[in-house]
Amino acid sequence: MGSLPDKGGHFSIFGGRYVPETLVAALDELTVAYRKARRDKSFQRELRYYLENYVGRPTPLFFARNLTRVYGGGRIYLKREDLCHTGAHKINNTVAQALLAKRLGKCRLIAETGAGQHGVATATAARLFGLECEVFMGEEDIKRQALNVFKMKLLGAKVTPVTSGSKTLKDATNEAMRDWVATVDTTHYLLGSTVGPHPFPMMVRDFQSVIGRETRQQARKIAKRLPDYIIACVGGGSNSLGMFYPFLKDRVKLIGIEAAGLGLNTHYHAASINKGRTGILHGMKTLVLQDEEGQIQLAHSVSAGLDYPGVGPEHAYLKHTGRVKYEAITDREALGAFDDLTKLEGILPALESAHAIAYAKKLARRTRPRDVVVVCLSGRGDKDIDIVKNKL
Amino acid sequence: MRNRLIKKINEARRKKSKLFCAYLTLGYPSVSFTARLIEELEKSGADIIELGFPFSDPLADGPTIQASSGYALRHNVKFNDALRLVRSLRKRGVGIPIIFFSYYNPIYQHGLARFAKDIRRAGFDGVISPDLSPEEDPAFGRALRKEKLSLVYLVAPTSSSRRIRMIARKTSGFIYLVSLKGVTGARRKLGADIAAYVAKIRSSASKAVLVGFGVSTPGEARRISKLGDGVIVGSAFIDSIRRSKSKLKTVASFASRMIRAAKGKG
Repeated sequence: MGSLPDKGGHFSIFGGRYVPETLVAALDELTVAYRKARRDKSFQRELRYYLENYVGRPTPLFFARNLTRVYGGGRIYLKREDLCHTGAHKINNTVAQALLAKRLGKCRLIAETGAGQHGVATATAARLFGLECEVFMGEEDIKRQALNVFKMKLLGAKVTPVTSGSKTLKDATNEAMRDWVATVDTTHYLLGSTVGPHPFPMMVRDFQSVIGRETRQQARKIAKRLPDYIIACVGGGSNSLGMFYPFLKDRVKLIGIEAAGLGLNTHYHAASINKGRTGILHGMKTLVLQDEEGQIQLAHSVSAGLDYPGVGPEHAYLKHTGRVKYEAITDREALGAFDDLTKLEGILPALESAHAIAYAKKLARRTRPRDVVVVCLSGRGDKDIDIVKNKL
Repeated sequence: MRNRLIKKINEARRKKSKLFCAYLTLGYPSVSFTARLIEELEKSGADIIELGFPFSDPLADGPTIQASSGYALRHNVKFNDALRLVRSLRKRGVGIPIIFFSYYNPIYQHGLARFAKDIRRAGFDGVISPDLSPEEDPAFGRALRKEKLSLVYLVAPTSSSRRIRMIARKTSGFIYLVSLKGVTGARRKLGADIAAYVAKIRSSASKAVLVGFGVSTPGEARRISKLGDGVIVGSAFIDSIRRSKSKLKTVASFASRMIRAAKGKG
């Protein structure tokens, strides 16, 4: 498993690089820089310093006693990525990539964002390292996530509304790539998930793997063994892959949760793994929601962070090999889980993470009391308050 | 390999004349308009047509082609329209080489071998896919070769010398030289360094070099065309269609000025 992706960024048939020729040189440069940084002790030391002292790592693995009691199955532990600086796991990746961008001598960061969490995390890292920052965000998402837009502006980032296509995350990603094609000399594209052309899926996975590495150690210490189940939500797939990756060789059941929106049998969901076909989007070959002619379809989820018609190529591969199981949770179930966690543990989860909690509830019936179930609580829910207010 | 495209390029090189390639978005503003414009372009002396199949996520394109693609998709343009259009043009004796331009996903969904066979039968001569890197999916190149179709690759200002040599080896027909770092779309003037850049590519490749992206005026068409074997013009035509409210005569007369300029006659 350690050997994937191959040199060209392929996970079996998935991944690779399907990009305009102009970007190939920058992707090559980034690949080389990343490989060097990975072996470079001083880079790793610097990264660790910021993860510990700025991001606030390690994040706790919290035994959710009340939730366990009410759900009535195995012991549920929450990996508290919601306690990271800026409120989600996204910052693990942005701090690391911003450090790398500095090494490459780039003075400007650009990013795409859906819910705005990655945008805020990028704007934050840009402040920390004194880099310019521009965030592309769909006009629809700007309306849905006003608080995060304001935060990015406070952090000195330029927020550029994207009005093309569906005006959501996929179009913001197109726009960021278009900008990058024109500014590649001075600019680093700080992609926020395990998606896009090589080396992004590999690099973001590695930077997020700190989640799974910590969880391993903490589970051994707190629960005295490795988890039996690990559950994480999947949009592009960065929190889930970061969580799963260090456990791929273990006998741990790994379950990724997609957004079923209004239901898998409707047109309103974001379940690219469960319902998509192999195709090419945003520089990668992966599972994609699309029509018979290969036009990309709109995704739907109550959670803006899961609202993406593709998925990271390594997830497509893990589905293909059967190592990870992928399930889906509807908007309604996620909102129910949001309420559960808030009322039972006093933790407001991001609606993305609420999908994983909702699956823990379903799974509970099939687990034994001694089982250890870890749920990746990828972010906190403040950003979703308005949506929840309207729906509950 | 012989197809209309290769023949046309060889002929132009023998006669030392410049090549003019026009990009049109299929179905903007209608499939029948696209058909009539192709006939007009052939009459005006255009050498190659790039027929752009609309895609929902055209990430190498600027606002002009994004908008024309979105328009075509909203008006239900389908893969079969591309086949039907070219089939009927060929029946009417239109002999201009036509390249199927498409982002890779619609091609991939059609099935690579089936795609090659279907477009060959309809009367296409080659393919350009702006997001298909030469390293990916070698099976596609094989499928096209089997049908005697050219696969044209792009070279960018950021391509290393080693990549330029690799792409020059793999491309079939000509090298599509992207004039600038950026997306497609009309520019008033391309940078001054374009001459040195085209010269660099020409010195390391024996294949024909056509320059595209941003060429929007007869003056620029003349200047840029001189540097290589010809020019590719796209967004400027789409703009002309939009501005003239789809008046074929206006677009055709703009096209004929562009073509004459590119060939050093205007």
